[in-house]
Amino acid sequence: MALLELENVHSYYGSIHALKGISLTVEKGEIVTLIGANGAGKSTTLRTISGILRPRQGRVMFDGQDLAKTPAHKIVNLGISQVPEGRGVFSKLTVMENLEMGAFVRTDKAGIQEDIEHAFTLFPRLKERQKQVAGTLSGGEQQMLAMARAMMARPNLLLLDEPSMGLAPILVDGIFETIVNINNEGTTVLLVEQNALMALQVAHRGYVIQTGEIVLTDDAKALQVNEMVREAYLGH
Amino acid sequence: MLNERLRNLSVIDSLLWLLRAAIIVMVLWGTFVGLTSGRADGEGMGQFIQRCTTQTDVGTIQCMGKYSAETWRDFIIFGLAQGGIYALIALGYTLVYGVLFMINFAHGEVFMSGAYTAFFVANAFAKNGFLDSNPIVALGIVLLVSMVTSTIIAILLERIAYRPLRRAPRLVPLITAIGASYFLQYTFRGLYGSGKKVYPDPAILTGKWDIFGIPILKTQVVVFVSAMVLMVVLYWFVQKTKTGKAMRAVAEDKDVALLMGIDVDRVIVITFATGAAMAGAAGVLYGLLFKQVDFIMGFIPGIKAFTAAVLGGIGNIPGAMVGGLFLGVFESVGPSLFLEGLGVPAAYQLKDVIAFTMLVLVLIFRPSGILGETLSEKKA
Repeated sequence: MALLELENVHSYYGSIHALKGISLTVEKGEIVTLIGANGAGKSTTLRTISGILRPRQGRVMFDGQDLAKTPAHKIVNLGISQVPEGRGVFSKLTVMENLEMGAFVRTDKAGIQEDIEHAFTLFPRLKERQKQVAGTLSGGEQQMLAMARAMMARPNLLLLDEPSMGLAPILVDGIFETIVNINNEGTTVLLVEQNALMALQVAHRGYVIQTGEIVLTDDAKALQVNEMVREAYLGH
Repeated sequence: MLNERLRNLSVIDSLLWLLRAAIIVMVLWGTFVGLTSGRADGEGMGQFIQRCTTQTDVGTIQCMGKYSAETWRDFIIFGLAQGGIYALIALGYTLVYGVLFMINFAHGEVFMSGAYTAFFVANAFAKNGFLDSNPIVALGIVLLVSMVTSTIIAILLERIAYRPLRRAPRLVPLITAIGASYFLQYTFRGLYGSGKKVYPDPAILTGKWDIFGIPILKTQVVVFVSAMVLMVVLYWFVQKTKTGKAMRAVAEDKDVALLMGIDVDRVIVITFATGAAMAGAAGVLYGLLFKQVDFIMGFIPGIKAFTAAVLGGIGNIPGAMVGGLFLGVFESVGPSLFLEGLGVPAAYQLKDVIAFTMLVLVLIFRPSGILGETLSEKKA
């Protein structure tokens, strides 16, 4: 059984039909990427999984549970964390407080402390700035913080929304390296990206989404050489 | 460069600048005239200043206008006590605005409901002598009753009147708040009657204490100190506890807070409850300081506390505290300081005018308040 399974999911923003029957699966241990143009429905898919948006039709199954019937704030408890689009760090909270919020649903103080230390070894910059409010961090540091914060919930599945957005190329490499590391440590990853080239390099499988529908799915290597993908998203 | 700036000045801008200048001149002139009205007949200004600066015992020789130095000091101390009450109420406005960007105009009634309900407990204690035999326990119970009542009212208010409108345009909950405010006023009038009730005066709080050689009314000391202690506790709660941090997270971004697993609805209820508990405590302090309660007692202090919150920068917790104290002192000192100097008769009755003029001025000239940051696009 797949870890995450979307079956014919329809989501709306008011009267706008944003997802028109999305079906996809993510197996345990994989990195799966969802690529597509601006406004194709990538972020909407993630928002539907994490419960901010409710599907009007279809099922979202995670580990045998129907997420559409779970209150949004309880979805984290089931093992799903999301790094939202534009990072979404709490800019008026300190770096430390942001990490504590990431562990909001946990009660094991010793474990939380351990994970904060672990996050600081992964991102030494955050350790230096732990008492600073997050709004004063650079874009790259905020992205690190957003990822570290999401990992504080010890998720089984990590949803990443455009982690490379607005970052200098040298930072993007570092972020993708971290994604691979997180995956190697046993966390399954669903990665939404406009930077299709980078995403397909780290992913095992990929889905291509266009105006709310999945139009193509294959192994990441096959997608990299697929004519349609190359023309539409890889720029040659 | 200056030329260019002058040319860009519009008519409205110039008028606003004139208004600012006029107000400052009026306040300064009033203060000057007020303070120098103690001049003896035929005494020149130079002589007056010389006499007042060379003699140290300024109180007895009328160097500070019609009032002695002791009276000015008492004005300030009373101002701090009532300012503490304004500040406690203001916290409720600011906390709710922080998480919902909504002005809870029924907050004054939340304050009234606690104070008025607790009056009956205080009165019963006064009649059976418990208030004087065990004053600290009795006042503790009165305080608790007031805080709990206010909290329950606020939670019901949020659940019934505001939550269903969470996604409505922002004007809708504002109008609902005004409706809820009248609903509560007349519900409590129906329950408890329309007359003024006299708050009992515990024997332990009559008279004065000598603090650093200054005799101060005991009630004023207790009111001010309690208000300060409550504010410190609240600040600690918001800054250091997990729930407090979750409140700040919800205030900043509800969707992301949800992604952290924070139950946003629950945090909003806690925010209303915290603000209401402060208002309930303020209600008892108000009873002790002003000695009377009735069903519309929440209206004026409510708007003044709102002024204090705006003055300090709405949404900003230290701002509400500073704004409350500042307004309390300004309102207490102002009438005698500059209104009398300007020749206004019965100046003390105009103290409400000072508060509301201040609200209008802050809204015109510095809507973000003393400690407030510039409103971001998202909030504005």
